[in-house]
Amino acid sequence: MKIIISNASSEPIYEQISRQVKTQIISGDLQEGDGLPSIRKLAKELYISVITTKRAYEELEKEGFIDTVGGKGTFVAVQNKELLREKKMKSIEDMMGKIVLEAHKLGVTHAELKEMLDILFDSKEN
Amino acid sequence: MSNTLEISNLSKNYGDFQLKDVSFTLPTGYIMGLIGPNGAGKTTVIKTIMNLVMKDKGEVQLFGKDHRDFEIEAKKRIGFVYDTPNYYEHLSLKRLKNVIAPFYDRWDENIFMDLVGRFEIPLNKPLKKFSKGMAMKSSIALALSHHAEFIVMDEPTSGLDPVVRREMLDFLRNLMEDEKKSILFSSHITTDIEQVADYITFMHKGKVVFSKTKDAVREQYALVKGGNELINEATKQHFVAVRTGAYGFEGLTDDVSQTKKILSNSAIYEKATLEDIMFFNNIKTKAEG
Repeated sequence: MKIIISNASSEPIYEQISRQVKTQIISGDLQEGDGLPSIRKLAKELYISVITTKRAYEELEKEGFIDTVGGKGTFVAVQNKELLREKKMKSIEDMMGKIVLEAHKLGVTHAELKEMLDILFDSKEN
Repeated sequence: MSNTLEISNLSKNYGDFQLKDVSFTLPTGYIMGLIGPNGAGKTTVIKTIMNLVMKDKGEVQLFGKDHRDFEIEAKKRIGFVYDTPNYYEHLSLKRLKNVIAPFYDRWDENIFMDLVGRFEIPLNKPLKKFSKGMAMKSSIALALSHHAEFIVMDEPTSGLDPVVRREMLDFLRNLMEDEKKSILFSSHITTDIEQVADYITFMHKGKVVFSKTKDAVREQYALVKGGNELINEATKQHFVAVRTGAYGFEGLTDDVSQTKKILSNSAIYEKATLEDIMFFNNIKTKAEG
């Protein structure tokens, strides 16, 4: 697991943690059943408050990404593959929404945007 | 969740200085930073907890019991670090330890020797020859060698150089892996508190301005900057205090979302540091006379 906290970011620290853990679960870097550090251990390692790590874990638990087993620790929950893909698609959609918005502001046309996308796709595939 | 410390409506009148209705709670397993400018009453509160100062009114509970009725019992479970290490200066740390250790039935020589080793404190050198950092580390080693569950420190980091301070803070943080331990420490070095505290209690002129989690403080307060045209009698109400300059204003809000609604995007919002919060609260009290 890898977590980088920025104190300068306007994103709250608990969100930085939950977002990064989520990303790693979605990308498969963290697998079902993998153990996560205890909230106290994580707080110590990241130089942040126990309350913050607790909140991050609570968020992740609420969204079904992790499970806490009393006395044993916290683990990556069994993930619903379809749901994961759905979530990833949703995040791509959100990003595209932003792109469309920016394009609109600049007066970039639908066709121009499509062309840009094609070029990016091609360069990725080659 | 049990509480290590519960203070309710604590008052003390010194004539020229008063503690007024001080209340706050420290849940077990967390670090609380007590901040405030000099003369805010931090040390008086700590001394009252330790029953070194008689309170006039109010209640102090340690581990769920009255701090005076169960004083001896409670003190065995507390490690106390004073702001000015007040030693028998001619003694060496080894001899001072021999004086202190018998007072505690749970004194643990292994922990003490481990701390002395880790902090690299000389055992046989007279204490008067110690640097400030050494003296503070000695205080801490003496305070933490009897399995204390509650560590109370009055300005433990003031007068220490940045490297030693960082070491100290890391050490405190490491202690917190044990969820039964709690720490209360006062400091006017707000960055230290920002680094390690879970809860922050801010005192000003003998009163508690707020006592809440560090995250709540971070989310509630913001530093707002913008053009002077945004500031009038109505919008001023949404700030703790504002100071205007020739080219714009700077103010502290304690309700970011509300302020954003009113000023919309014409202002800049930045994270408020504890120092900002202290500074603007001071302006506010001055304005109120």
